[in-house]
Amino acid sequence: MLEIRNRATRAAPFPLAAETIGGVTIAPSPPRTRLSLRLRPLAAAGIGSVAGLVLDGPIGSTSECDGRRALRLGPDEWLLVADADEGDELAARVIGALAGTVHALVDVGHRSCGLLVSGAGAATALSAGCPLDLAPEAFPVGRATRTVLAKTEILLSHLDADTFEVECWRSYADYVRGFLLEAARGL
Amino acid sequence: MSAQAYRLPQGGRIDRTRPLAIRFDGETYEGYAGDTVASTLLANGVHLMGRSFKYHRPRGLLSVGTDEPNALLSVDRGPGRVDPNNRAGAVEAVDGLVTGSQNRWPSLGFDIGAVNDLLSPVLVAGFYYKTFMWPRSFWDKVYEPIIRAAAGLGVAPEGPDPDRYAHRHAHCDVLIVGAGPAGLAAALAAAGSGKRVMLADEQAEPGGALLHDPRATIDGLPAQDWVAQTLAALDGHENVVILPRTTAFGYYNHNHVALVERVSDHLPLDQARDLPRERLWQVRAGEVVLATGSHERPLVFADNDRPGIMLAEGLRVLVNRYGVAPGRQVAIATVGSSAYTAAADLAAAGIRVTIVDVRLAGDCAADVAFAAQHGIEVLAGHTVVGSKGRLRVSGLVVAPLRADGSVGARRTLPCDCVGMSGRWTPAVHLFSQSRGKLAFDAERDAFLPGTHAQAERSAGACAGDYDLAACLDAGFAAGAAAAGVSEARTFQASPTRTGFQPMRVLPTDADPGRVRAFVDFQNDVTAKDLKLAVREGFHAIEHVKRYTTTGMATDQGKTSNMNALGYVAGLLDKELPTVGTTTFRPPYTPVSFGALVGPSKGALFDPVRRTPIDPWAEAHGAVFEPVSLWRRAWYFPKAGEDMHAAVARECAAVRDGVGIFDASTLGKIEVVGPDAAEFLNRMYVNGWSKLAPGKCRYGLMLKEDGFILDDGVVARLAEDRFHVTTTTGGAPRVLALMEDYLQTEWPDLDVFLTSVTEQWAVIALQGPRARDVLAPFVSDIDLGNEALPHMSVREGFVCGVPARLMRVSFTGELGYEVNVPADYGRAVWEALWEAGRELGITPYGTETMHVLRAEKGFIIVGQETDGTVTPDDVGLGGMVSKVKPDFVGKRSLARPDLVAGGRKQLVGLETEDPHERLDEGAQIVLDPSAPVPVPMLGHVTSSYFSPACGRTIALALVADGHARMGETIHVTTMAGFARATIRDTVFVDAEGVRVHARDS
Amino acid sequence: MLLITCPHCGPRPELEFRWGGEAHVARPADPSALDDRAWSEFLFVRNNPKGLFAERWNHAHGCQRWFNALRDTHSDKFVATYPAGAPRPDIAAEDAR
Repeated sequence: MLEIRNRATRAAPFPLAAETIGGVTIAPSPPRTRLSLRLRPLAAAGIGSVAGLVLDGPIGSTSECDGRRALRLGPDEWLLVADADEGDELAARVIGALAGTVHALVDVGHRSCGLLVSGAGAATALSAGCPLDLAPEAFPVGRATRTVLAKTEILLSHLDADTFEVECWRSYADYVRGFLLEAARGL
Repeated sequence: MSAQAYRLPQGGRIDRTRPLAIRFDGETYEGYAGDTVASTLLANGVHLMGRSFKYHRPRGLLSVGTDEPNALLSVDRGPGRVDPNNRAGAVEAVDGLVTGSQNRWPSLGFDIGAVNDLLSPVLVAGFYYKTFMWPRSFWDKVYEPIIRAAAGLGVAPEGPDPDRYAHRHAHCDVLIVGAGPAGLAAALAAAGSGKRVMLADEQAEPGGALLHDPRATIDGLPAQDWVAQTLAALDGHENVVILPRTTAFGYYNHNHVALVERVSDHLPLDQARDLPRERLWQVRAGEVVLATGSHERPLVFADNDRPGIMLAEGLRVLVNRYGVAPGRQVAIATVGSSAYTAAADLAAAGIRVTIVDVRLAGDCAADVAFAAQHGIEVLAGHTVVGSKGRLRVSGLVVAPLRADGSVGARRTLPCDCVGMSGRWTPAVHLFSQSRGKLAFDAERDAFLPGTHAQAERSAGACAGDYDLAACLDAGFAAGAAAAGVSEARTFQASPTRTGFQPMRVLPTDADPGRVRAFVDFQNDVTAKDLKLAVREGFHAIEHVKRYTTTGMATDQGKTSNMNALGYVAGLLDKELPTVGTTTFRPPYTPVSFGALVGPSKGALFDPVRRTPIDPWAEAHGAVFEPVSLWRRAWYFPKAGEDMHAAVARECAAVRDGVGIFDASTLGKIEVVGPDAAEFLNRMYVNGWSKLAPGKCRYGLMLKEDGFILDDGVVARLAEDRFHVTTTTGGAPRVLALMEDYLQTEWPDLDVFLTSVTEQWAVIALQGPRARDVLAPFVSDIDLGNEALPHMSVREGFVCGVPARLMRVSFTGELGYEVNVPADYGRAVWEALWEAGRELGITPYGTETMHVLRAEKGFIIVGQETDGTVTPDDVGLGGMVSKVKPDFVGKRSLARPDLVAGGRKQLVGLETEDPHERLDEGAQIVLDPSAPVPVPMLGHVTSSYFSPACGRTIALALVADGHARMGETIHVTTMAGFARATIRDTVFVDAEGVRVHARDS
Repeated sequence: MLLITCPHCGPRPELEFRWGGEAHVARPADPSALDDRAWSEFLFVRNNPKGLFAERWNHAHGCQRWFNALRDTHSDKFVATYPAGAPRPDIAAEDAR
């Protein structure tokens, strides 16, 4: 079958190489499974967790289990993140756990792409375009939220002390990467 | 003149071991590191620095700070780096810097424009309004061009600005604006709290007025040592950020303060290149402490604007901070005490000083005694009635005031420099911008912060405290309160000479109609102009301001507003506060466009959204067009082809063979939940309950006002799951509208919406051979005409990757839209393209897509619709469900105007000349010879050359168009009118058989 | 730039929000029951007071939830924010000062 011979391969919108400017390193995140989970807040509180991921944490918090993460983006919205090849299994577990509960699970694994912004100046570089207070006391490790970066929307996660992940919709990849590089130059 | 003839042998905060040279109007002048352009020029005896705006009067430095109205220089840092209207005292001298004067021709010393000065009797307030009224037709062609050519000070740079400008958002608990004594004390108080503190100051080094005060002591230390000690202490606090060269220029809502930091202009030119030139800070502060100091007021007397006539405190700054003698023989004219300190400092530097005090001897006895200790002669009870000199002051004309208020005999004090001191104006700009209400303080003759609107406090001179110890105490208290600490502290400091006698315009024996006593130096507004404005009936200060332009120059009246206000109040015989004060608006000082734009230029001006297939299109020579933020392949010209030829070839390929098209930009929303169909029933005009899973339907969506908002194909994947598509540009607003209704009107519906626009790359295969190209890549979906008819959808695998395969068509041909996860989009596209080459597969762009759909009469929302078009207007009235009780916009379709006759309706047009392509947007009339105004019937919405028809075709909205089939109408063209016939909108395959591909 | 307290996410910069006009203007349950005048009032007529105003906001670049706010249109002070569907808090203009 031609479909096998022509089996397509994934292509990321970013150049694959990392760049370091002004002590800030900007590197692409690997391709990932991303599932958007929607669930009424009361139902989430009742269920507590799926696939080991806590659903009823505060908005903006991250729950981690076996290398998978659940980011609570709103009262009824979570982004489930896992390795690229774990999508089907994770989806199956979530669907199983939520059987009988009204919910929506939508694959958004290709919708966005991520950049890791790391280094002592990472938060400051992000502050060139992000109006949030990114100081550790205001935006601690584990915090994740949608916000804006200059003229576009991003999903910002604080991974560890000096590392943030910036996810954007893939068509904005050039813009976001270009903006962050320019921000690092302007430190 | 020898180099730096006016440099004092010692003193100042300049570094005499680091000489430098700058250029001004072609001459080279030497100075030292730490100098400003102004202090460098004055050290070399150069006082003439500019020409005034209106009369082109020779002008020199008035102030040494950012309130400077006269000495506005053009600074040239190289190609594209020319910056006009820099205040000479605020530009740090850098070796090699090129500067120049403005508003003069051919030279600063001899300026043709100075003829305006001779015409001054007619160039009074309101001159333009009164003079250029007649003849009316002259305004556009004659008056305005001449006025525009003559107006303006600096010249805008040419070419793009090569510098980098940075932006930064910052957050702190306490923002302190101003690092003078009050600001530094506030920072000291707040630093220990551990809270995040930012201290911003517009000058090159923190310290404010203490930097030019060699006499003052604080807690037993010389003031400058106290500054150094305080800065060292603040440096030890990690929670304190000090920003020198940073001006807080805007105070907005909720303690959002905008600052601009001059990052690299002060560095040697070769070191500055890699750094940003400026950085715009947007600070959100929990509390703000304003310690912005005050500005000295000039005195208003005849010819008070000659080069060499300056503010008294400025003279003190020159002597003490820059080691520059502003003159050899200085006359200081004052109505208050602070100028005596300046006089003493000048005298201590060996400069001969005479003080002219308008106050009577009995009112300034203590000051006179102080002057005597320093060997300074004081003419108490004297007024100033004029000055002598042309390009530099050479004498001050003074006269004694008699007990009855009349003016005695004039005499001229020879001098080469004059210091004026007309008391102080607190810098309440930021407080006023914060929407705080000002309160007039009669004792200080000034507006002070009154009612607060935000979490903010003012301390020091900006709050009317002029005494050093009071500034320090108030600053510390403000800093402590802002940081929430209870610590209190009082400072011991040397006393400050304060006190004055208000004096609006100095008494004179001259005919007030004949002399020019300047109030606003930058806009050349005199006391005479203000008097005229009041006489002509302008009694509110905001009207006087606009009529005379006082306070409207780039300095926003920092030195002039209070003098103007006070004088107008006096003329009206009113109390000053009842005349009002003008509103302070951002920016406090001018801000470069570069700083505001920041990184948003060039490639970062705006996001350019690219599809996963965009790199392939670029590699294959596509010409792109912007569609909302996306760039889309417009057409794919082959060598030698123009757009017309390329589009004709692409159209033919789709109609006769197969074309491949990147439709990834289509908006996509996944609608999931048990109430999904009900939700869509409420959002769209047509019904969804009966659409079976695996089927697609074209949907039309209205706004509540009944007009078309968007359209698109909706695929039902399962009972509780729909894949909704929208137009490219409409995707965000459709999702936003759906969310709005779902969350706020129907929160009971169990439905969730997720944007999947970017999850799926969409590859459209269109044309009679489409199935032949696709089939080899699909094994788990039956592509047969019966199994997968037009308007159906299947989930399966294409090229081995998960796909949503829709059989849909926007061309009228057999067609598929292959949705694959975006990262696979390019690979799948390339596989299909490679395999289709033997079938002549042709990539086509948006232009061909437009032609093909227009041939079929398919509308494009935003092209055939404009927010005033109903379904019936575009011939889609039949889609509107008659059985649904309600949907968004249904009630509005029954509004009287939406059912009335005469509505514009979508029709097809065929021009008489089959090669005449009408302009989109062209107006349509019935009779071009009708009397003007010719009634407009409608306009052309789409117009193309149709290869399938062998002629041009057009769509148009025409009043009562559906009833006008066969009528001839006239369409405006560049040349006149084109005749065209109205017809139906479907130009190709009216029966609609091709899309079903029954022949194949 | 306003600082707006999203009922779900806390205080966030205005850049993340979209304004949505007057709050508590419910869509009629049966629009067909309204005469033309009443329907046009619903469609087009809104209040625009100087002072306390209940208005809709959407945390578009955050949790994407709609909520309501009581804002003083003169001072731009936010007196309260509350989830969509909740009743308008009983706060008089004087108490808000």
